[in-house]
Amino acid sequence: MPELNFSSWSAFFSMGGYGLFVWLSYGVTFTLLGLLWWFSQTGHRQLLKELAAKQARELRVQQQLQKQSAQEQS
Amino acid sequence: MFKWLDPYAKPETLYRICGLWFPWLMTAAVATLLLGNLWGLAFTPPDYQQGDSYRIIHIHVPSAIWSMGAYSSMAIAAFIALVWQVKAAQWAVGAIAPIGAVFTVIALFTGAAWGKPMWGTWWVWDARLTSQLILLFLYLGVIALAGAFADRQTGAKASALLAVVGVVNLPIIHFSVEWWNTLHQGATITKFAKPSIDASMLWPLLISILAFGLILAALTCLRLKTAILENEQHRPWVRQLAVSLAATPAKGSIAKSVTKEEV
Repeated sequence: MPELNFSSWSAFFSMGGYGLFVWLSYGVTFTLLGLLWWFSQTGHRQLLKELAAKQARELRVQQQLQKQSAQEQS
Repeated sequence: MFKWLDPYAKPETLYRICGLWFPWLMTAAVATLLLGNLWGLAFTPPDYQQGDSYRIIHIHVPSAIWSMGAYSSMAIAAFIALVWQVKAAQWAVGAIAPIGAVFTVIALFTGAAWGKPMWGTWWVWDARLTSQLILLFLYLGVIALAGAFADRQTGAKASALLAVVGVVNLPIIHFSVEWWNTLHQGATITKFAKPSIDASMLWPLLISILAFGLILAALTCLRLKTAILENEQHRPWVRQLAVSLAATPAKGSIAKSVTKEEV
């Protein structure tokens, strides 16, 4: 079983004096991965919304045309 | 083999499979990433030479390995797209490229932040670092070429061709530490010998490598789904999907607001 290496939070954050470099690396990595995920997810949702809107619009146009042709006939 | 594989290249099937796999892959990716990184950050002893700075290894090595892994998969997809004209493979190229580019940036950046305290410099123009930078430019080239032509097909072909040709860079990256004198250390685990790293440090590293692989797989599924929908939006099955989406009130709120404006 692996043991905890640091005795306190401050020791953990200072990383034996290399805190800046370690946390900078991890910070940038998680930020970039998070952004990539976020953009991929919102891009997909956005496209779904657009497709749904397009489809709904086509449906309405169709119904409108049917209504018009029905009125013309009567 | 192709008879067996062919149905999976059908966009509709592929969309379903990606949708089915994505949540599991993403959950597994987040879980393994947290496990591997926390273990590596807090539960391993410091390196006898590098102290605690070596803990960057748990993101540097996985992102570097998968920046090349992503490139290989992207190049294979590009080759399939060029030779057999499989559309789904073409879309996979576009789906993987941004993920690979981000991995490459992470590998370069974490390398720089590790190099500063250990080598005394953020950057040197040596073989390993330069060839990895070229990998980034290859990714950017693949992304840029795909959108650089008025005709989408031409752009897709050009970017697939660049992806395939760029494969020559992969062995250069891998063997750069052997072929040239470099500040960068040699291979630790990607070699045909016992890994030159203690077991207590190896396990979190392997888990982190698995995590980055899962991230690549999960995000590829997600981005591929988007690409499939975008390219197939005039097919009946996507229309049907859109109809069912427009019918659900929760997601159809935008459709409603459009109603009043447009018709």
